[in-house]
Amino acid sequence: MAVIMVAGLSACFGGTTLSVGTIFKALSGASDLDPVLRQIVLDFRLPQILTALLSGAALATAGLMMQTVFRNPLADPFVLGVNSGASLGVALVLLALAPAGISLTEGLGASGQVLVILASSAGAAATLFVVLILSRRVDIMSVLIIGLMISYTVGAIVSILMFFSMAERLQSFLSWSFGDYGNVSWPQMQLFAPAICAGLLVSFLFVKPLDALLLGERYAESVGTRTRQVRFFVLLAASLLAGTVTGFCGPIGFLGIAAPHLSRHLFQTSNHRILIPASILVGALLSLSSDFVARGPGLDIVLPLNAITALVGAPVIIAALVKQRNLKRLF
Amino acid sequence: MADSNILLSASALSIGYSHKGSSTCVAKELDLALRSGEFICLLGPNGAGKSTLIRTLAGMQKSLGGELALNAQDFGTIAPRERARLVSVVLTDTVASGMMDAYSMVSLGRHPYSGWLGGLDTHDRERIDWAFQAVGAETLATRQVAELSDGERQKVSIARALAQESKVMLLDEPTAFLDLPRRVELMTILRDLAHRESMGLLLSTHDLDLALRFADRLWVMTADGKLIQGYPESLALSGEFAEVFASENLDWDPELGSFRAHPSPCLSVHMIGKGIQYSWTRRALERLGFGITKVENEAAFSVAISGTEKNESWNITHGANTHGFGSVRELIDWIQSTDWKS
Repeated sequence: MAVIMVAGLSACFGGTTLSVGTIFKALSGASDLDPVLRQIVLDFRLPQILTALLSGAALATAGLMMQTVFRNPLADPFVLGVNSGASLGVALVLLALAPAGISLTEGLGASGQVLVILASSAGAAATLFVVLILSRRVDIMSVLIIGLMISYTVGAIVSILMFFSMAERLQSFLSWSFGDYGNVSWPQMQLFAPAICAGLLVSFLFVKPLDALLLGERYAESVGTRTRQVRFFVLLAASLLAGTVTGFCGPIGFLGIAAPHLSRHLFQTSNHRILIPASILVGALLSLSSDFVARGPGLDIVLPLNAITALVGAPVIIAALVKQRNLKRLF
Repeated sequence: MADSNILLSASALSIGYSHKGSSTCVAKELDLALRSGEFICLLGPNGAGKSTLIRTLAGMQKSLGGELALNAQDFGTIAPRERARLVSVVLTDTVASGMMDAYSMVSLGRHPYSGWLGGLDTHDRERIDWAFQAVGAETLATRQVAELSDGERQKVSIARALAQESKVMLLDEPTAFLDLPRRVELMTILRDLAHRESMGLLLSTHDLDLALRFADRLWVMTADGKLIQGYPESLALSGEFAEVFASENLDWDPELGSFRAHPSPCLSVHMIGKGIQYSWTRRALERLGFGITKVENEAAFSVAISGTEKNESWNITHGANTHGFGSVRELIDWIQSTDWKS
């Protein structure tokens, strides 16, 4: 497992387009070096790598928890509509409120970025709140459908907002929806990292009930699990993880559904004591590799992160499925 | 039986569903007791509330009224974890089992005893091994649950419940989907467990025949929400079975201990004979649409079975004619080739 981690880290070091690995090492040791290069590494590359690792870990863990709670291999961190909520928040800021004064001509300025993060976090939190309140009264499959319906509803509102928006504002909304790990600078990291770590910690607290839930809610109850309570906190933790990532980096698709499947396949187990750390590692690795590819090493362009996660991840999942021949064995 | 043997008891229990104030009562005024070392089969027509009763007794569903006690403690005061050490269940629910081997599944039964990470100590492992042994599933431990046959999966489910080390086990139709030999095997395992381990086992089933043969006592739920209790034989003799299950098309046959399709008005046959040849010949005749009568004059023909083992003969007296047959196959062929309408 440690090997995977090292592999991921080395990949990211290679990913820095201009600076050489040895210089970077010297930098972290704080030697006499060109302050510009030092700034690039410390203030841009390092936070971005950290963000990619944390986001991957968060999305993978959230996806794993959702798949277990809903007992559905297609569940991902966003089944409760967290990402649509976030996109509504962003859409409101970028498309609807922008004419009220915020300048968007130069893309996202520093203050604009903070505003976008605030808006998407608020949107995600609001959706989550509504779904969780509704979900306390119904059975688990209904929660899934309620989440989907709210996603559609919110998505529809976003579409309407887009319909009435000008092209240049649409462009900035679109670029948000591509996903980007580069938005989290050190001050924002002070909020981002603790939120993710808290979510991951909570997921570890629920290892045992999650195992029990694999048998279904009624069996879980029969071995002493307080199912409703567990369901609520697990959904809360998963959505906190997914919502935080979406808030800071935009909607990052695919990782959350792929990493848990890959972990199950790699470690041949259904035990969450192994699957949670495994998903964290696999998720972090996938996320970092995607970001590495998206930044197009050697090229002068940045590709949409969302496209890369799917391009990198989908073939992996297809290969795993074809090898297992049967989803029942994989999930 | 001494009261200290009672593991699970209920008095004036009402069961059913409640939803937003309004409740649907399935059965009420139930008084029952499950004692240690007792294997009880719960019978009843579809929709009578067998599953509801089992879920209520397992604490998965709230009762609508009455008292329910587990180990002489009021049910409501027992914490979930504590309850899980006292009652285990085997349900019809399917298990999402990707990448889950049978051993992991059975070890989930140790949850009421293990710490927050669910780690297993030596005693846990001993108990899990014992559970596999008790149901004869040792060889399945490393297999993926998804790849087990229905019978094997049911054994593993029971092993999982056994791992819970509870005195009470409630099983909801564990024999459904199994072939007859597998059902007999499972019932034998369960009955022996109840007797050997002094457990109280309650099993709901539609398999009347097996229930009559294996159960120490029967609980029969009626369609109108009552619970009839008694020894299998006494319920069979008193005709209470007939009342619960009999319908327009089915008759309870106390002699055979089973239900048979209601005979349509038709010709009847007089039979003489005994033993296994007699009963299978009788089944053949009934299947072909004949009634059996004791009065010779009413009969269309009479069959006399005689002879020793492996050397039997069937003699039919039909009016003035007599026919002899060396096997039941010849007899059936002859009956089918004859026109009985005229």
